[in-house]
Amino acid sequence: MTQPVFTDSEWSFRLVEEIDHEISLLAREFGLDTWPNQIEVINSEQMLDAYASVGMPLMYNHWSFGKHFLSSQNSYQRGHMGLAYEIVINSNPCISYLMEENSMTMQTLVIAHACYGHNSFFKGNYLFRTWTDADSIIDYLMFAKNYIAHCEEKYGIDAVEEIMDAAHALQSQGVNRYKRPKPLSAEEEKSRQKSREEYVQRTLNALWSTIPQPARQESDNKLPRFPAEPEENILYFIEKHAPLLETWQRELIRIVRKLAQYFYPQKQTKVMNEGWATFWHYTLMNSLHSRGKITDGSLLEFFKSHTNVVFQPGFDDPRYSGINPYTLGYNIFTDMKRICLEPTPEDRQWFPDFAGSGEWQSVLDYAMRNFKDESFILQYLSPKVMRDMRLFTIASENNSPWLEVSAIHNEECFSVLRSHLADQYNLGNLEPNIQVYKVDIRGDRSMILRHYVHNGRPLDAASAEEIMGHVEKLWGFPVSLESVDGDSVRRTYKSARSRASIA
Amino acid sequence: MGSIIIDRRRNSKGKSTVNRERFMRRYRQQIRKAVNSAVNSRSITDTSSGEKISISRKSLSEPFFHHGEGGNHQQTHPGNKEFVTGDRFLKPRGKGQGEGSGDGQASDSGSGVDEFVFQINRDEFLKYLFDDLALPNMVSKERNDAMEFFFRRGGFTSAGSPDRLNIVRSLRSAHARRIALSGKERREIRALKRELRAMEVSQEDADTSRMAEIKERIRDLNGKIKRLPFIDDFDLKFNNMVKVPQPSNKAVMFCIMDVSGSMTRTIKDMAKRFFFLLYMFLQRNYKKVEIVFIRHHAEARECDENDFFYSRETGGTVVSSALNLTRDIIEKRYSPKEYNIYVAQASDGDNWESDSSKCSHIISRQLMDSVSYFSYVEITDRQHQNLWHEYAELAKAWPDSFAMAHIRSPDDIFPTFRELFEKKEAVA
Repeated sequence: MTQPVFTDSEWSFRLVEEIDHEISLLAREFGLDTWPNQIEVINSEQMLDAYASVGMPLMYNHWSFGKHFLSSQNSYQRGHMGLAYEIVINSNPCISYLMEENSMTMQTLVIAHACYGHNSFFKGNYLFRTWTDADSIIDYLMFAKNYIAHCEEKYGIDAVEEIMDAAHALQSQGVNRYKRPKPLSAEEEKSRQKSREEYVQRTLNALWSTIPQPARQESDNKLPRFPAEPEENILYFIEKHAPLLETWQRELIRIVRKLAQYFYPQKQTKVMNEGWATFWHYTLMNSLHSRGKITDGSLLEFFKSHTNVVFQPGFDDPRYSGINPYTLGYNIFTDMKRICLEPTPEDRQWFPDFAGSGEWQSVLDYAMRNFKDESFILQYLSPKVMRDMRLFTIASENNSPWLEVSAIHNEECFSVLRSHLADQYNLGNLEPNIQVYKVDIRGDRSMILRHYVHNGRPLDAASAEEIMGHVEKLWGFPVSLESVDGDSVRRTYKSARSRASIA
Repeated sequence: MGSIIIDRRRNSKGKSTVNRERFMRRYRQQIRKAVNSAVNSRSITDTSSGEKISISRKSLSEPFFHHGEGGNHQQTHPGNKEFVTGDRFLKPRGKGQGEGSGDGQASDSGSGVDEFVFQINRDEFLKYLFDDLALPNMVSKERNDAMEFFFRRGGFTSAGSPDRLNIVRSLRSAHARRIALSGKERREIRALKRELRAMEVSQEDADTSRMAEIKERIRDLNGKIKRLPFIDDFDLKFNNMVKVPQPSNKAVMFCIMDVSGSMTRTIKDMAKRFFFLLYMFLQRNYKKVEIVFIRHHAEARECDENDFFYSRETGGTVVSSALNLTRDIIEKRYSPKEYNIYVAQASDGDNWESDSSKCSHIISRQLMDSVSYFSYVEITDRQHQNLWHEYAELAKAWPDSFAMAHIRSPDDIFPTFRELFEKKEAVA
C-alpha cells in the first residue's frame, strides 16, 4: 500500500514537486503530450497584477491595465470577488501560477488542471499550433514592452497613448481569421524592424504618389478599386497603407495586432479548453486517489471545488449569466468517454464512429486536436448532455413582439438545438463582420468601412460612433462605416472630418 | 522531464504601479474634481486617510465594435423546466428598448454600476487637492537668524576623516598624478618604440646592439613608471560637508473666529471648511503643524476644537480682543524664529464700530512682523462693513502676506482657497 504524498493541508515546495511528479507519471500513462512546465508560486497581490496585464508575466504599460487593476483590486478588497486559483500561459515552457494561499489539495488540483490539462491543449489543438508560437511569445512581449517604453521616451506618453487607444479599439478587427499569419518571433522582429521601416515607406510612396485631384469624378470608374478585395484585418490595412503614420506608429499598431492574433485562438476554444482541463483534473485527481496518493479528505475537498467550478445555474436563477464553459465542455468530454465505454442504443445511432469503441483516450485526443468550440459542439454534443443540462433555445425576431421557444431537449429538436448552440460559439456570429471596403486613393483619401449585417443585427451605435474617431486618428483622413444588409445600406457612421467634408 | 518550480513571491508586487499612475494621469481632471467635492465632507483634522474616488464609467469606456439590440437571434439556455417547442412570450419591455435606442442614456440614472470606484491614498489625495497651489512666503523663513542647522554635502576637500573618503575622486586624482609624473618617460618610450619599429621594418641589416640597448632602455623606463606610487596622501579627496541653516519645519496656525450671536451654524460650517483646507495645506508643507483656536465675541478665549465650532455665545463683537490674544500667545509660546505663523480669521464682517481701526493698528504694528501669512475670509451675503474696508487697506500694504476673500456659499470655499494660494509667477 502506498503512502499518500501529503496528509496536511499546508503545502511546501517539496510536496508540490512530489505531487507534480506523480501527476506527470499519470499524465504520461493517459497519453497527454505537454510542453515542459514552469510552475511559479505567487501571492495574491501578484495575482492581481497578473489579472491586470491580461495574465501575461510581462506587458507593456497602458492606462487601461491600470484601470483593470484598480477595479479588480477594489472588488477583491471588498470581498466581492475571489481570485482565480491559477493562471496559465500558452508558452514554451508553459508558465502556470499557483497562489500561495491555496491548500495542498488545491495546488494539486491546479497542477492537474493547468500544467497538464491546459498545457496539453495548448500543445495539441490545431488553432494554437497554427496561430501562435509558444516558443517566442515571452520574447516578443519583452520586445514590445521595450519598444513602447522607448517610444514613450522619445515621443511622449500622450502621443503613444493616442495610437494605442485607437489600436486597442480595433483589436478584434486586427486578426486574420482565415489566412495563417507567420508565427511571431522576437529575433526576427528586431532584426527586420529596420528593413521593414524602409520597405513600408517605399511602398507607401508608390501608392500615394499622385497628388489628390478631387475633380476627376468621371474617371473614377475606370480606376481599379483599392483594395481590390475587401480587407478583414483593419489594423493590418492601416499599418501598411495609412498615408501619414510615422514608422514607429506603424510598429505600435503591429504590436497590438500581433497580440490580438496571439489571443484569438483562446477566444475560439473557451469551452473546449476549459472543458478539457476540467475533465483531466477530474480524471487525474481520481486516479491519484485510487492509487492512494491523496487521502479521502483531500478528495472530498477536491470534489467541493470541482462542484463549484462546474456549477451551472438555470436560466431563471439570479446567479445565471450564460452557459458556464467549464460545465459545458466538461460534460461533453465526460459523456464522450461514457459513449466509448458504455454506449446506449441512442448513442450508437448518433455517434456510430466511436460508440462502444473503448478507445476513449484516442477519441478525446482527436477531438481536442482538431476542433474549435463551434465545430466541437456541432460534432460531439450528445442528446444525453442536452437532456442533463435541460437546454432550450429562445428565438427572437426583429419584427415580432414575441419570444419563441424554438427548440427544447427532445427527440425532434436535438439536432436543431445543437446547431443553435454551436452557432452561439461561432465568433463570426458574435463579432460584427467589418471590413475595409474602399479607399479613395485618387481623391480625398477617405476610407470606407463596411459592416456586413448578419441576421439583421445592427451595430451598437454609440461605440461605433466613438470608434470612428479612433480610426480617423490612425488613418489620418475621413472615415465612414456603412452597415450593409444584402445590397442596401442600412446606416452610415461617419467620423468627424467625414461629416465636415460633406457639410 | 521534470517541471521547474519557482518561488516568485519575493518578486516585486508593484507591477501595476506604473499602469495605475498612467490611469490617474489620464483622468487627473476627473479625479481632481472628485477630490475637490470630497473635501466638503471631511472632518477638520482628518488628514490621515485616503479617499474613495468615483468617476463616471462612461468617460473611461474603451469602445469596441459589438452588436446592439435587435436583429434575429437564437439564444440557448440551460435549466428548462416546463417549456415546449412553440411556447411564446411577449418581449420584455423597458430594458431592451432603452438600450436599443443606442444613446446609452437609459443607464445613466442607475445606481453604483455606472460609477468606477477606486481608492487613492492620503498623499495622492493631497496632491490632487493642492496641485498647483503654493504657500506664499515660504522663503522668508530661511533667513539668517535660524536656530537650527544641518549638514549638507558641499564639494570636496583634501583633508578629512576616513569615513568621508571619496574613493572615486581619490583614485581619479591618483590617476591624474601618475599620468602627469610619467609624461617624460612615456614620451621617451614612444620615441624609442618608433625607432625600434623602423629598424624592424627597414631593409637594411638591423643593428642588434642598438636594438638591445633600446629594449633595455624601454624596460628601465617602464620600471620607473611602475615605481610611481599608485596612491599618495596627496591624492586623497574627502567629501566636504557644509553647515546650512535649517529652515524651520514647524508651523502654527491660529484659527480666529467670531462666535457672537450673528454667526449662524451654516456660517460656522463654512468657516470650518476653510480652516480645514488651510490645515491640510500646511500639513503638506510642514512636518509639524500646531493649531491654536481662538474664539471671540466681546472678549477672546483660547479653546479646543469642539468648543470652537460647536458652542455658541452671545454678545457684542470686538475683533481686536482676539488679535490681542493672538499676539500674546505668539509672544509667549511661538517664537517666529522657530515657527512659521499663519493666521486665519473668519467672520461675518460684524464688528463694533470703533474697534476696526484698532484691529488694523494691531495687525500692522504688532502682528505682521512675525506672521508669515494672514488670511481673512468674510462669510456673508450682505454689504461689506467697516472691518472689510479697514482690512482692504492692509491687503494693499502687504500684498504678499495679507489676503482676504469673500465667501457667499459653501461652493465658494474651495475656489476661494485656490485663488488665495494659486501659484503666482515667481515674484523676486
